[in-house]
Amino acid sequence: MDILQILLTDSFWAAALRIATPLIFGVLGALICEKAGVLNLGIEGIFAAGAMAGWLAVYLGAGLWGGLLVAALTGAFFGLLHAILTVPLGLSQHVSGLGITLFATSVSYFTYRTALPDVSSPPRIIPFQPLDIPVLSDLPFIGPVLFQQTAMTWLALALVALVWWVLERTPLGMAIRAVGDNPDAVDAQGLSVYALRMGAVVAGSALMALGGAFLTMSAFDAFFFGMVNGRGWICIALVIFASWRPGKALLGALLFGAFDAFQVRMQTEVGAFVPSQVFLMIPYVLSIIALVLVARRAEYPRALLKPWFKGQR
Amino acid sequence: MTENTVLALNGLSKRFGSVVANDAVNLTLKRGEVLALLGENGAGKTTLMNMLFGHYLPDTGSVDVADGHGRLRPLTLGHPQAALAAGIGMVHQHFALAENLTALDNILLGGESLLSWRQNRRAARTKVQGIIERSGLAAPLDEPVGNLSVGERQRVEILKALYHDARILVLDEPTAVLTPQEADTLFENIGAMTRDGLSVIFISHKLREVLAFSHRIAVLRHGKKVGEIATAEADEQIIARMMVGADTEVAPHPAMETGAPVLQMTSLRVRGSNARTSLNGVDLTVHAHEIVGIAGVSGNGQTALAQVVSGLVAPDGGDIRIEDAPIRHFTPPAMLKAGVGRIPEDRNHDGIIGAMSVAENLIIERLDAPEVSAKGFLRQAEIRNHAKTLCTEYDVRGPGVDAPARLLSGGNVQKLILARVFEAAPRLILANQPTRGLDLGATNEVGRRLLEARAKGSGVLLISEDLDEILALSDRVVVIHDGQLIEANTKDRAQIGLMMAGEHA
Repeated sequence: MDILQILLTDSFWAAALRIATPLIFGVLGALICEKAGVLNLGIEGIFAAGAMAGWLAVYLGAGLWGGLLVAALTGAFFGLLHAILTVPLGLSQHVSGLGITLFATSVSYFTYRTALPDVSSPPRIIPFQPLDIPVLSDLPFIGPVLFQQTAMTWLALALVALVWWVLERTPLGMAIRAVGDNPDAVDAQGLSVYALRMGAVVAGSALMALGGAFLTMSAFDAFFFGMVNGRGWICIALVIFASWRPGKALLGALLFGAFDAFQVRMQTEVGAFVPSQVFLMIPYVLSIIALVLVARRAEYPRALLKPWFKGQR
Repeated sequence: MTENTVLALNGLSKRFGSVVANDAVNLTLKRGEVLALLGENGAGKTTLMNMLFGHYLPDTGSVDVADGHGRLRPLTLGHPQAALAAGIGMVHQHFALAENLTALDNILLGGESLLSWRQNRRAARTKVQGIIERSGLAAPLDEPVGNLSVGERQRVEILKALYHDARILVLDEPTAVLTPQEADTLFENIGAMTRDGLSVIFISHKLREVLAFSHRIAVLRHGKKVGEIATAEADEQIIARMMVGADTEVAPHPAMETGAPVLQMTSLRVRGSNARTSLNGVDLTVHAHEIVGIAGVSGNGQTALAQVVSGLVAPDGGDIRIEDAPIRHFTPPAMLKAGVGRIPEDRNHDGIIGAMSVAENLIIERLDAPEVSAKGFLRQAEIRNHAKTLCTEYDVRGPGVDAPARLLSGGNVQKLILARVFEAAPRLILANQPTRGLDLGATNEVGRRLLEARAKGSGVLLISEDLDEILALSDRVVVIHDGQLIEANTKDRAQIGLMMAGEHA
């Protein structure tokens, strides 16, 4: 197969969208937090927690949608922790976020080991299945790419539109954007800076956990240690790439998914004489280059990372 | 209290630590009235208004606000939301606008339920345009606020208050950031709005606009209301006297023959980014055995003057000489070497390094003196002994010379700085707000030391917003206004007060 022919196959684009799905959840979550002025570096750990909690809930019989709910609540819990530490207490968002990542990851592994002490090979669940929509799923090219994905991919795409609508078209979104730019403006209008920021962090963290849950409940059917593998960090970079816009966030996630799908196929083409690590590196290197090209023009939310305290004008 | 009263502040007091910001202030406002709140910096005007708006909780006192039917009702204090709901709108000196939102969105912010699924921008726009038509406050509604000029941002702030149905509008130094033309337009707009029944309180220290545009004037001084007068009965003399006060005696001050000039500035210019950091061609001479006081309302170029003399900025034109030697390199070490001793305005920020010990802070301006360092090493024993001697002599009290300087109280920090400055026997001493925030004892000590340095032959450039201090210590008073210096040739408070306000008496 020729290298450029890869780009024309439906399996390549289907894979790109599949790989992008957890990133879409994660980047939307990180975007909501940062729009309100709080960087959430807990994302990597919240992915792991979401992956574990969602999977475990399904394994214990909660059903797939129940599992997603459990994952979201788990993410919201760690988000609340981060929010309490960084918003009313005003601690360093970097330190708190990294702490949350370490904490959430360890707790997830610990819970997994404690809940299933005797298993040697990871137990499996029945994950979300590819959709089978009459006519649409059978269309050439478009069918496999769009209509044979799982419900979670469609949930992610719907959330892009929802997050955009809320941020740009509702009073709540306006208040969130304002609190990330100038908390004094929000306070002067009698709105609660703390409630808005904490709410945004909790909601954003719930979305991040759904990204993690996709890994165990759609992409795979089991939980492994180290399965998040830096996807959370990629989301933090993608938010900057996206200039804090949901539409561009989708684009960035798809771009990364395409890079990743491409490198897998490149491995089979020329893997005989190039070490596989080089291919694994490609999406990250390309992401860094894309970030460098885009991020210099990025307009950060002005109050990002800046704690705000009531009564200190 | 009459039918028409819309607002009554009853005995509001507020302390910050040991500083009394407001002391039992009473104030009333009538419907359609423009009340000017006057006072020097630190007189407590902004604190008073922040209590009214709920940003600060007063220690004692209460506020009554008229409801829609004109009946006075007590206001819940400490909650901006309560103030907003009662119809009080405040425009802060530092605008509270989100720059990433459009002007219209900033105006709408907080006006709708956060749970509503979409915004009703169309109805809101109609209402805002109605307000613009009635008040004349034009602003581009669909631009992000980040792209607007300062005057436009201020109009957005006022529109925001009016959109939220403010019946009482508080403006904190509204003209400080405006050009004279913009200021005139603003007051015209305010006039139009008061005819619709709006009541306005504006904070200012510009006598001219206060006399031209207010109905009544209340004057604050050291946190107390010291006077209230109908504008029609006031003139600049009366207000200036109320503002600066005439209740303290000028302390005796031995006459002294002045010596040769130690500081000469000729047509010195600094082009700063704003009035605070600009000088527009000033001439100034300070002689040996002389204290020259720079009086003025803050923000008129004092910062620029202090920065040039300390070597923090280079002038854009003109000539400066210390002891007849022209200065070419404007760096702090060059100025120190030329014989300038500096008592900075923000003593904790610019005067000491808080994490370093008292002893280290005392030698920090002369690290290469032989008694401080030798062959690249600090002479620790000498430095400590030297510090102990100085601390005794200057009465610096604290946990010892090895303790970090940040542990000292404000007065002791200032004594540390005095010790460091006077010990170097400077030819010129720059004392910038040297007693701000100090208690009486430390204040007297600073004055005594400055007079002592003068007796020993130093020249002192004293910059202060406290006119009492300037009159007590200075041989000559020079008024700074709008980046220019005017020789006062008088020690009459009222006249100096007028000059500080830019009126040539």
